[in-house]
Amino acid sequence: MHMSVNLALQKNEAGPPQGSQAEPAADLRLRMRVYNLNFYYGSKQALFGINLGIAANRITALIGPSGCGKSTLLRALNRMHETVRYARLEGAIRLDDENIMGLDVTQLRRRVGMVFQRANPFPKSIFDNVAYGLRVNGFKGSLHEAVESSLRRAALWDEVKDQLHKSAYGLSGGQQQRLCIARALAVNPEVLLLDEPCSALDPVNTAKIEELLFHLKEKWTIVIVTHNMQQAARVSDFTAFLLNGQLVEFSPTSQLFTTPADTRTEAYITGRFG
Amino acid sequence: MNYRLMWRKAVNGVMLGLTGVCALLAVSVLFFILGYLVWHGGKALNWDFFTKLPKPVGEEGGGMANAIVGSAKLLLLASLIGVPIGFFGGVYLAEFGGRTFAFLVRYTTDLLNGVPSIVIGIFAYSIVVLPFKHFSTLAGGVALGIMMIPITLRSTENFLLLVPRSLHEAAMALGASKWKTIATVVIPAAYRGVLTAILLALARVAGESAPLLFTAFSNRFWSRGWDQPTASLPVMIFTYAIAPYEDWHRQAWAAGLVLLGLVLLTNLAARLVMSRGMSARRS
Amino acid sequence: MATVPIAVERAGPGWGPRTLLRRLRSGDEIAHLATLCFAASVILITTWLVYVLWVNSALPRHKFGLHFFLTSVWDPIFDQFGALPFIYGTLVTSAVALLLAVPAGLGAAIFLAELAPQRISDALTFVIDLLAAVPSVIYGLLGIFTVVPLLRKYVQPFLHSTLGFLPFFQGPHYGVGFLAAGVLLAVMVMPFIISVSREVLLAVPVDQREAALALGATRWEATWKVIVPYARIGILGSVFLALARALGETMAVTMVIGNNPRISASLFAPGYTIAAIIANEFTEATGDLYLQALIELGLVLFLLTFILNGLARLLILLTTQRGTAQE
Repeated sequence: MHMSVNLALQKNEAGPPQGSQAEPAADLRLRMRVYNLNFYYGSKQALFGINLGIAANRITALIGPSGCGKSTLLRALNRMHETVRYARLEGAIRLDDENIMGLDVTQLRRRVGMVFQRANPFPKSIFDNVAYGLRVNGFKGSLHEAVESSLRRAALWDEVKDQLHKSAYGLSGGQQQRLCIARALAVNPEVLLLDEPCSALDPVNTAKIEELLFHLKEKWTIVIVTHNMQQAARVSDFTAFLLNGQLVEFSPTSQLFTTPADTRTEAYITGRFG
Repeated sequence: MNYRLMWRKAVNGVMLGLTGVCALLAVSVLFFILGYLVWHGGKALNWDFFTKLPKPVGEEGGGMANAIVGSAKLLLLASLIGVPIGFFGGVYLAEFGGRTFAFLVRYTTDLLNGVPSIVIGIFAYSIVVLPFKHFSTLAGGVALGIMMIPITLRSTENFLLLVPRSLHEAAMALGASKWKTIATVVIPAAYRGVLTAILLALARVAGESAPLLFTAFSNRFWSRGWDQPTASLPVMIFTYAIAPYEDWHRQAWAAGLVLLGLVLLTNLAARLVMSRGMSARRS
Repeated sequence: MATVPIAVERAGPGWGPRTLLRRLRSGDEIAHLATLCFAASVILITTWLVYVLWVNSALPRHKFGLHFFLTSVWDPIFDQFGALPFIYGTLVTSAVALLLAVPAGLGAAIFLAELAPQRISDALTFVIDLLAAVPSVIYGLLGIFTVVPLLRKYVQPFLHSTLGFLPFFQGPHYGVGFLAAGVLLAVMVMPFIISVSREVLLAVPVDQREAALALGATRWEATWKVIVPYARIGILGSVFLALARALGETMAVTMVIGNNPRISASLFAPGYTIAAIIANEFTEATGDLYLQALIELGLVLFLLTFILNGLARLLILLTTQRGTAQE
């Protein structure tokens, strides 16, 4: 069955995005492609021959036990791995039809945004946090409008509109994480990467973020790393299961969680290890 | 209870007391110094001290206005040399440093920090006073500036390293280049620490007299320019304290009180800046 | 078995190393280079300093050679320069300082790091940090007007009458001299011994103390038999650091040493140190040989503190790193 998905994706990769939710397989287009990716930290290999397509306007979840390489894979997608000394990769990653290694790294990161595990607002005001990415990218236009619309998209506007110029550190943990999402959205990226965005949050705030993601995928392509399988099942359209640096299985989420093709996937989702 | 245990407990108690006495001894020195200076210096301190020039030997009264201004000018010059080199050098070590070269810079900085101040004075004499052929405010500023470099540099490095990596990542993930990340996120996040470092460095060199003896020299009048010798508070204290005149001793006490007050207040301010930064970060 | 991933056509790696041009464009390389220049200037200044000291002390090095360090006649009028009295004075005053400051400083450090309640420890550490900031000339001021009279009137007569059979405590009571300088130096270096030792002690892994306490040791036994031995190399480092400071200390010593270039066994006698003679005679040195002899003394001082500081940093690094490695 997963074979047919594979074919469907290939057939439609060049087709225009339709935005319709009725027939998922029909309007799929790949926004990012990972070819045969090997990743090393020094002499230690962290990822082995990963091949993966990231569908536009869908949520792709990366799951697996800790240390499986899911965060490494995610960080390779916007070259954040380059901040780590001795990290090195082989293979190719394409954003639309461009090799990301050929792009200017700051341009790439503007197009492929990232939200981190722990909320990491800058020690600046709420407004300046959201405006930061716009300012460094030389945004011309109304900063205030851009900040407001980003905060609205992150479902934070109503809570903070009266305190835009107060320190972001005054916000609660969940609000801070949504602020970080708003900050990432402000530069209008094409792809949004989320690295376990809810791991430090309580269930109420987690639910808020999950709901937010559901709305965001209308406009953005989203990749989320999570160690919470229920979360992957709830929010994602496709799920990739990684184990020891290898991609074990990659299928539509409903299929991966109900009829896994690989015994290791089955073992993981039924909780027999990890 | 057996005697051995009682003995051990007694030793425990006695040693606790003894080490506590050592600590109290060290602490009481500060209060002794402060109390003594306030007692002697307070009596001699008056408005004239801040506004008048020193009187010739034998005449009572006068002040040290020229020395106060001289110290301020020396510190300004020292900051102009010490702060940029220390600050940007610290940025290099924290953000760009390669392995071998950064080690070399760190090691040399620590070495420079340990060089006795009198030797720094000889150096400043050789490179500024000798070519210009006379003592000058500039030479004193160079000597103090060199002393400020290591303190500012290593503290800047340490405070920048305290900025969480997650803030770097957040900025870079938004498409900021490395130097933009440093300039707009890392340095603003660490500015309290850096400010503390600069204040502490200033407080340290403000009290130095050895490197000024043969660079800024001294001057009984207003210094007429940056290329002229100038009086400074620490050198005045030295000259007045070893002189045989009662009235000069009084003035030395007053100057000591002013100098110590400035140095301690700067230290307190530096620590206040730091602790307020900490509490803001935590909330 | 492994599933087929959602993959498309295969493609080889499609990039080479990043070009220098692109890195320059982002400004990163410029910032890197600019800050590197500032960092490099530290090395430049230090090298320049060594060069200046070396070149400007050529005359006496050639004229006297090693005799400079071994003779004790300091006579500018007849161009005779022997540094022995100053080296002797520097070493004796530093030795007296360490003898007094190390036990007291180590005791205080143990109290602050291991035995005192946290709040008391924090408060005392704060005060001791302030004490380290007191300028040298202030110590000199207090030295002249309080320490010297106290020594002359009470301490020296007492030492003379009790320990007078020792050569160290003989002769007239001037007040000024080796003893006064040593006492002042002890007070001045104590804050450094305390704060460095305290940090070294705090770097000892918690499990070391817990292991000792779990075996039924008292707090003092755990400290003295386990923590202090564990940290001993770093503590030695703090002593070297203090010694380097004492050797180079100028103003306070100059004010109470007595300025007499003589070697005498008695600590009551006035003497001279390297730093003090430079401070006193540098501005009045007439003639190149005289000035250069003083600069050579500066070079000696530089080398002494250089070696001591290097050793101290190495020792402190050794303990604190071993401490963190085992955490």
